[in-house]
Amino acid sequence: MQKEAAIREPLILGHKSYHDITEDVCRPIEDKAPKMWYILFGVALVIGLYGVGCILYLLGTGVGVWGLNKTIGWAWDITNFVWWVGIGHAGTLISAVLLLFRQKWRMAINRSAEAMTIFAVFMAGLFPLIHMGRLWVGYWVFPLPNQFGSLWVNFNSPLLWDVFAISTYLSVSVVFWYIGLIPDFATIRDRARKPVSKKMYSILAFGWSGRAKHWNRFELVSLVLAGLATPLVFSVHSIVSFDFATSIVPGWHTTIFPPYFVAGAVFSGFAMVQTLLLIMRKAMNLEAYIHTKHVEYMNIVIMVTGSIVGTAYITELFISWYSGVEYEAYAFLNRATGPYWWAYAAMMTCNVVSPQLMWFRKLRRSLLFTFFISIVVNIGMWFERYVIIVTSIHRDYLPSSWSMHYPSPIDIGVYIGTIGLFFVFFLLFARVFPVLALNEVKSILKGSGQSYKESPDYYKNH
Amino acid sequence: MSEKVIYVMYDDDGVLKDGAKKLVSKGVKISDTFSPFPIHGIDPIIGIKNTRLGIMAFLYGLTGLTLATIGMRFFMIVDWPMNIGGKPSFSYLENILSFVPISFEFTVMCAAHGMAITYLLKNKTLPGMPAQNPDPRTTDDKFVMEIRTAENSMDEKDLDKLIKDTGFIEIDKKTI
Repeated sequence: MQKEAAIREPLILGHKSYHDITEDVCRPIEDKAPKMWYILFGVALVIGLYGVGCILYLLGTGVGVWGLNKTIGWAWDITNFVWWVGIGHAGTLISAVLLLFRQKWRMAINRSAEAMTIFAVFMAGLFPLIHMGRLWVGYWVFPLPNQFGSLWVNFNSPLLWDVFAISTYLSVSVVFWYIGLIPDFATIRDRARKPVSKKMYSILAFGWSGRAKHWNRFELVSLVLAGLATPLVFSVHSIVSFDFATSIVPGWHTTIFPPYFVAGAVFSGFAMVQTLLLIMRKAMNLEAYIHTKHVEYMNIVIMVTGSIVGTAYITELFISWYSGVEYEAYAFLNRATGPYWWAYAAMMTCNVVSPQLMWFRKLRRSLLFTFFISIVVNIGMWFERYVIIVTSIHRDYLPSSWSMHYPSPIDIGVYIGTIGLFFVFFLLFARVFPVLALNEVKSILKGSGQSYKESPDYYKNH
Repeated sequence: MSEKVIYVMYDDDGVLKDGAKKLVSKGVKISDTFSPFPIHGIDPIIGIKNTRLGIMAFLYGLTGLTLATIGMRFFMIVDWPMNIGGKPSFSYLENILSFVPISFEFTVMCAAHGMAITYLLKNKTLPGMPAQNPDPRTTDDKFVMEIRTAENSMDEKDLDKLIKDTGFIEIDKKTI
């Protein structure tokens, strides 16, 4: 057992035993769902179904129902795609990068953060698919042997790189998540009383038994998957940024994009984790496992990545002037002072100013403030993508082509709908899956639990 | 003589580990342990070798890289060389930069999935497999040590005597 310095705050509050951890995590799944769950689920479902309706209408009518025009051919859907992919970066970062750095606080939050990642990437994937217009030929993005004169997809195109990046990211995240879930499903299986749930969790647990050899393999597989997923996290959003950076549109053609997109993705992802976990810990009585210290750690990540994003904004602005390229300079001047100044201002306030407040210990340890900032950050990150995408193209080279983008009701419906669907998935997850990595949390109990911190000999005499 | 499996149950991972050390030093062969989470340091005590899945992951990764290289060379250079924006596709090496992202992604994809599938097959943990742990509590807060009489030269009574000193909470014997 790895011991931790006693002056560090305990990661598990209260004098818990191994059995208490099992009870605390499994009880919310085994008990009847509270009324609030049904209310939230109902609301999310209605919003989600409205989104599905909008998507069906869009597919039936065509992409013309979007608020696009001749100049702005790419706006709302790609903004939402990048926003969702960005949110989907926190889960794998928490479980992979923090595993490599041996950060124990990740153990309480990695399961739900990964679930959030997977659902966010589902939502992201939806946008390019519906953008194709003909969903049913979506498989054409893969290099499949065909009868069109053996026509292949273009491997020089960043859009195809995106296809590979997103599908690899999604499938590897699912595998990583599920491998961690197997032992926890076994715990629920062995506790289950009702035959139906027993059967269900038996199938999900794959017959896991907890043998020494299996644990040996489990730990190595987790480590290697973390090692593989770490560069993957960075590559995915880099590739998403290539969608813009490899073009020659002023405002998009920027070499700073990959690192700045990755930092922004982690920034928004952690904000979404905060939003979800602050509610979940309360609703599922997990305050002993996800407490102020965890929130503080995440706020520090938000502060660091927020500062990287802020630095990138200012660098970008400076370089546009320093480069001496008038198109580039105009693109940025127009962003800040043109007709979309309000979006730019929202982005700057939410993403540059708000994370700096986390320097104050009082603020970053305040749950209410954190919740507020987490929502502010996600609004800001949505505006960031909107600003980058729309303001760069709404002023064409020909002034007669200058235009504005106004989202249509269908645009808004699809976007709101994905938020509803995301919560439908997340609420279902919280109902039937163990939301905490039981086996991992148990393994840090003796080194980082409150009992150990108060008297290091606690478990020796116990 | 009938062969027996002895399941010795502990309520703490540290006690099990100390007990295992004691038993092994007396020459007892422990065939397995069952625990709700990995007991760090138990593998060398009971003689479990480190897994070689990492090497497999590397090999799967190499396979992925090779497949991606062969595939992209065929699609873009051999079968249908496109001239995009005045940049023709003459050779793989000339275009290699734009093949880097997908080579990387495909390597990771093959390594991760190959390793995960091998892991599940080697563990024999697949959907619908029956649970193999001797007691359902071993996935909650109990730790079990499995000792087989067939694997040990000493007789059952001597084993019992040694086990008694390890601070177990329950003991269960099954004849196989």
